[in-house]
Amino acid sequence: MSALVIRDLHKRFGTTEVLKGINLDIDSGDFTVLVGPSGCGKSTLLNIIAGLETASSGDIEIGGRLVNAIPPKDRDIAMVFQTYALYPSMTVRQNITFGMECRNVPKAAQNQAVERVAKLLQIEPLLARKPAQLSGGQRQRVAMGRALVRDPKLFLFDEPLSNLDAKLRVEMRMEIKQLHARIGTSIVYVTHDQIEAMTMATRIAVMHQGEVQQFADPDTVYNRPANLFVARFMGAPPMNTVMARIDAGAVVVGDIRLPAPEAAAAWQGREVVLGIRPECIAEPTRLFGDGSAPIVITAPVEMTEPTGAETIVVMRLGGEKVLGRVAPDTRLANGATARFAVDTRKLCLFDPQTERLIA
Amino acid sequence: MADTSINIRRIIVYGIVWVVAAAWLFPLVVVILNSLRTAEEIAQTSMIGWPRVWAWGNYTQAWDTYCIAQTCSGIRPYMLNSALVTIPATLISTLLGAVAGYAVSLWRFRGDSWIYGIVTIGIFLPQQMRLLPWTLVLRDLGLTNTLAGLVMIHTIQGMSFTTLFCRNYYVSIPADLMKAAKIDGAGFFRIFWRIVLPLSPPILIVTVIWQFTHIWNEFLYGVTFTTGTQQPVTAALIALATSVADVPQHGIQSAAVVVAALPTLLVYLFGGRYFVRGLTAGAVK
Repeated sequence: MSALVIRDLHKRFGTTEVLKGINLDIDSGDFTVLVGPSGCGKSTLLNIIAGLETASSGDIEIGGRLVNAIPPKDRDIAMVFQTYALYPSMTVRQNITFGMECRNVPKAAQNQAVERVAKLLQIEPLLARKPAQLSGGQRQRVAMGRALVRDPKLFLFDEPLSNLDAKLRVEMRMEIKQLHARIGTSIVYVTHDQIEAMTMATRIAVMHQGEVQQFADPDTVYNRPANLFVARFMGAPPMNTVMARIDAGAVVVGDIRLPAPEAAAAWQGREVVLGIRPECIAEPTRLFGDGSAPIVITAPVEMTEPTGAETIVVMRLGGEKVLGRVAPDTRLANGATARFAVDTRKLCLFDPQTERLIA
Repeated sequence: MADTSINIRRIIVYGIVWVVAAAWLFPLVVVILNSLRTAEEIAQTSMIGWPRVWAWGNYTQAWDTYCIAQTCSGIRPYMLNSALVTIPATLISTLLGAVAGYAVSLWRFRGDSWIYGIVTIGIFLPQQMRLLPWTLVLRDLGLTNTLAGLVMIHTIQGMSFTTLFCRNYYVSIPADLMKAAKIDGAGFFRIFWRIVLPLSPPILIVTVIWQFTHIWNEFLYGVTFTTGTQQPVTAALIALATSVADVPQHGIQSAAVVVAALPTLLVYLFGGRYFVRGLTAGAVK
């Protein structure tokens, strides 16, 4: 069953169209991440799902029920905000029970629900405190507690980890993922951080300029990006994209020939954009996946960036700047020409005009 | 060398500060001193002088026996009038201003900025311009020469300021807080009562002090719309000053002025620092 269906949704502010026909069908139990650069419309879309903003046209169904005209409180949703939005004058307990208070849930049931959520999130010692007396991570937990206590059909997360420091963000990322695995409620999660999207999502919707560029599982989005925008947005560092030509079953970049995927045959003799992930360019001794000897190329090294776990190499390929990832103990001199192994199984080819994935 | 030049500069700055402070305080000191001198003493010496005999009796006379426009009851009933006008008008205008400020700042609706503009334009209209319209309104409502009439005028006019104060304070409440409350299922008044009002004491103190001082000290409406025993104390003081006696009763008059100024002076002394603090405070840290 679908937890959330969005059909042909448009949103205009005056003459600017911020959402240009969004269609999404989110299965029950999915962890869907809406990811995209700022201004892509993802937060507006989330607010419209919540009923905090109205769409210019289009339909929203939550749990099979058309909710276009239904106010936020009756949509059976709960939301976690980037700023946490805890009520400053209420204690943690009151923050969590406020929603039930508004719905006239009996006191005994309220207390029971608070105990359950506080235990789940390990915030029992904080219940009597005010938000101002909590750390960032604790506020984050309380904000989640306020959402969890509702037991809704759909959780909405609006960049909930953006205000946390890097270390805490990684911890909470795992916790939210575990939480989802445990309770199984559908989640729609907005972020601009593609790593959050990759690590947490069961499905990713990449958004750009008011449109969904690709809606697929993380593996597909990463390895088979639907277009150049997705290729360049997902991954850190992102996918290399260089101009290339198809010639007799090979992708030709400068004087380098790589075996072309079969589907490229139709593009014989034409220009394409070659997409290759940095981790597909490694030190020459590397064996990729199946253990067969990789294709080895030579390229001039411009610069290296050791990160500790690996070293990022900036090289030139067909005159264009390309990044590779080699083992940390690889010694490469700036300006020297070096040999690199290329994983050709994961090459992507894009149409230079439409920017769509060809093969 | 450097030390002396800093010292000289400091002496100059302090000197200026003291002169300005003295200029501000001088009238108050003269009135307080005169309130403790007898009429004869003031007449024989001058308006400025240290009391030879402490004439505490001035205060008892000013309070409840001195005659104002043929009524010999002192300023006590007029003080009561002022309190009966000022306290309800302050509380009602503050509360309504808080609700109005909350509505225009946190609930976007069609024409909200127009409503806000119209309400706050009242701040810039001269008082004299409003006399005639209010005269007609009071006549049509049958509230001419009543305290209730003054309460209504001060409440409505005060809302320009209270709405402005509260709205400017409430705009700093994060939008996410409102969104969270709406999803939690709270409506207009529940959000106001449970979330916005508990954040409001700093700005409510500012508006209460502001309204109280202005309404208490207000003179034009008091003297225009009320007469005789219905007058607030500011209007009564004028009647008292112009009442003809054998000898000018400057001592008693000064005592009456001090008593009439006392409520706002006390509000300033006890609430002044909250006023400054509240004006610079934001709703949420």
